[in-house]
Amino acid sequence: MRHRMAVLIVIAAAGSTALAYGALPRRPGAPAPHLLRVCSDPNNLPFSNRAEQGFENRLADLLATELGMEVRYTWWAQRRGFVRNTLAAGQCDLIAGVPAGYELVATTAPYYRSTYVFVTRRDLTPPIESIDDPRLHRLRIGVHLIGDDYAAPPPATALARRGIVRNVKGYSIYGDYREPNPPARLVDAVAKGEVDVALAWGPLAGYFGGREEVPLRVTPMRERGDGPGVPFVFAIAMGVRSGDTALGRRIDAALDRRRGEVRRILERYGVPLVTEIREAT
Amino acid sequence: MADALGARADPALPRLPKAGIMSGPFPAVRVRLDPRDFTLPGASTLVLVLTMLSAACGPDQRQPGDQAGGASRGSAGAARSEPMLPPGADEGEWTIAARDYASTRYSPLDQITARNVPGLRLAWSFSTGVLRGHEAAPIVADGAMYVVTPWPNYLYALDLATGEQKWKYDPGTMRAAQGVACCDVVNRGASYADGRVFFNTLDNHTVAVDAKSGKELWKVKLGEINRGETMTMAPLVVGDKVYVGNSGGEMGVRGWITALDVTSGEIAWRAYHTGPDADVLIGPRFKPFYPSHQGKDLGVTTWPPDQWKVGGGTVWGWISYDPEVNVIYYGTSNPGVWNPAMRPGDNKWSTSIFARDADTGEALWAYQTAPHDEHDYDGVNELILLNLEIEGQVRKVAVRPGRTGFMYVIDRRTGEVLSAVPYGYVNWAKGIDLKTGTPIFNEEKRTGNRAATNICPAAPGMKDWQPSAFSPRTGFLYVPHNNLCMDYEGGAAAYIAGTPYVGARVKMHAGPGGHRGVYSAWDPAAQREVWSIEERFPVWSGTVVTAGDVAFYGTMDRWFKAVHARTGDLLWQYRVGSGIIGQPVTYLGPDGRQYVAILSGVGGWAGAAALGLMPEIDPFIALGFANAMTDLPQHTAQGGMLYVFALEGAGQPGSGAAGQRSVR
Repeated sequence: MRHRMAVLIVIAAAGSTALAYGALPRRPGAPAPHLLRVCSDPNNLPFSNRAEQGFENRLADLLATELGMEVRYTWWAQRRGFVRNTLAAGQCDLIAGVPAGYELVATTAPYYRSTYVFVTRRDLTPPIESIDDPRLHRLRIGVHLIGDDYAAPPPATALARRGIVRNVKGYSIYGDYREPNPPARLVDAVAKGEVDVALAWGPLAGYFGGREEVPLRVTPMRERGDGPGVPFVFAIAMGVRSGDTALGRRIDAALDRRRGEVRRILERYGVPLVTEIREAT
Repeated sequence: MADALGARADPALPRLPKAGIMSGPFPAVRVRLDPRDFTLPGASTLVLVLTMLSAACGPDQRQPGDQAGGASRGSAGAARSEPMLPPGADEGEWTIAARDYASTRYSPLDQITARNVPGLRLAWSFSTGVLRGHEAAPIVADGAMYVVTPWPNYLYALDLATGEQKWKYDPGTMRAAQGVACCDVVNRGASYADGRVFFNTLDNHTVAVDAKSGKELWKVKLGEINRGETMTMAPLVVGDKVYVGNSGGEMGVRGWITALDVTSGEIAWRAYHTGPDADVLIGPRFKPFYPSHQGKDLGVTTWPPDQWKVGGGTVWGWISYDPEVNVIYYGTSNPGVWNPAMRPGDNKWSTSIFARDADTGEALWAYQTAPHDEHDYDGVNELILLNLEIEGQVRKVAVRPGRTGFMYVIDRRTGEVLSAVPYGYVNWAKGIDLKTGTPIFNEEKRTGNRAATNICPAAPGMKDWQPSAFSPRTGFLYVPHNNLCMDYEGGAAAYIAGTPYVGARVKMHAGPGGHRGVYSAWDPAAQREVWSIEERFPVWSGTVVTAGDVAFYGTMDRWFKAVHARTGDLLWQYRVGSGIIGQPVTYLGPDGRQYVAILSGVGGWAGAAALGLMPEIDPFIALGFANAMTDLPQHTAQGGMLYVFALEGAGQPGSGAAGQRSVR
């Protein structure tokens, strides 16, 4: 079947200076700023943490500057109850990253698109690029386990469809929250040799893949998905409360005006970006 | 308002037993009681033995169709037990959630009868100050009532005579624990023994509190919310040990049960339900009945590599105890992760019933009710220990109304399934093969990577946690349960910890008949339903049945009901403040009168979804159950309140002989 979409994938080198960024200075003498109240996970790099070292923290700063506001965080682990206890409870007004069309919030236009990736050691050649690579039947594979419903990350579902289960090891997406950035254990597992290949969400892999002691390779999945309902590529937007159209519009406009800087921030953090190019029919 | 015999206005009308399940494979079966099964914890064994033995004569003496049976049996009741009553209030107490080790939830109290129960009036009430789902059984011991609330897990002691608050203990349960709990922040209650009250907190502590003073005696941490663990079950205390287990099978937890020393809280033993035999405490004494349960390290080999480490098999339900052989019986939860495609194999020892040596924890046998569970059919429901005469032979059995929809009768000495018949509409399996013990799957209703519609029962099962009761007088099991089916299909994008995925979309709906709940009487000997009452919502409350032949249960649309144990006729009902998902209990007050107590406060998995209290990232729960419960907010709002009822008129005898029974 002929693909009507061509995919251009841009992988930026993981920015080693990302951690050096601090909060932007505020203009002296500016009028008392409105608050940009952001709902954020205090322990989940590369997205965010309490020290404000994540790319979503950078984006919040960027938006606040653009909108003449001041960032104020509500910290909450981004897992069960996150939206209910933060945005829906009126504790904060903006979630910096959710899938486009996420039903629990009103989403802005997507500001990036990424994909699930293969993470391997550099010495595994040639690189694995396809879910149909025959080596996946024998290599030790790590995936995230979502856990609390029938769901699995889409690549895990695709593996299961191919009967690849016996050599698949699950890593809890929740992990142990006492450790820093618990979902990163999946990438650590490749570096430690617990598994040969991890199927991970791009931003996580792009960031931590460049920070392990062992050189790792991050390769976007060639396929965009495994049929209807099993996408590997997701568009990510920001979320506001349903009905909060005023803020939604301002965020949309600000993201659009500063799209160059948004992209540079994502690239600095090593987010594998997928650009969609629609072919003429 | 109390509304005696207001049956016309109520949708819950008894109906006749279904044709087609009238006959069972046991032609001449009778329930016979073994007094040892009914040993009250901490009470005089001998007295109860005699009580129960004479109570067992009841069914033979009864007159068929006698609507006012309570009264006519009143004299028999008095004759059987009056001289044998303990001097104290032992028989009038309710010290563990199930009342007795056999988990019958049967009370020999008979002041309140089928005849006089319309005279039941509110005696006193108490607000817990907590809004979430109240599932606990009030515990009655030593002149006080002990009530555990949902998170933040306050423990209240109330004076039985006055309803006065004696003390309140706040364990300081971590706020973050709420985010880990799968299905509301419930607690199923406390246990009492020797002046100590034991209970579990949502953030994984077992606590012992001095019953008199409310002072903490010990508090031990047994699990970690950061790994997805919580604790919600009511501990069982037997002798010098307290038995507790964890919750969180949905969260990639590794399930366990542990025995703690009652005086120190020190761990005596802990058994896991996945992993190598050494961890499961499987050794030379382990003799499972079925070959599929035999073999080395099945807790490892029936999983993909290392998956057992997040394999669920938690213990959030009920534990029974057989003092004759010193064995505990209980079951384990669904396997993790939920998506069955990720875990080919039987996934032992999830969804399994275990018999263990109560002192050492050594496993004696196990039986897995849902190998490679694809429907969230946890195996934690109560096991009622009875003696059944089957073709002339008395078998010591454990009866389990399963989440799978099958009523299992299991030889509790060997683990052999003697029968397993549906007690409602079941289509996920065509039956249980008694030769192998395994379900005969209906391929059309399997989940995994494909869509399937109208799977019955739905994920909460024919019956979830809500415990049944058994009356030795009628020989019937009283089963509060669900009538729900589900559709399973692919869903919308979801997001956890910055990782997008596609959640499954599960939608539950009412099963055949359109009602969502059922309260039924089941004859375990004949393996048939005797009568049943249809309810609008799932019957998510526990139940109690008494020697007055009255059975009590509550509904999510705010009725607390008394029905005739023999006929199912509605005898009395009372409109409480919030929907009921708690467990009724009955006891003798210091004034010698019989009381009935129940917590109202809607919530739990069934309630919280519709009331907007559920973790919204979980489409299965938020959308799945909520889909079947959208009209709940039109019937009830939240609010934790204890209600205590007694017959009208202080000091008035309830009924002839029974009323003369008094306690000093």
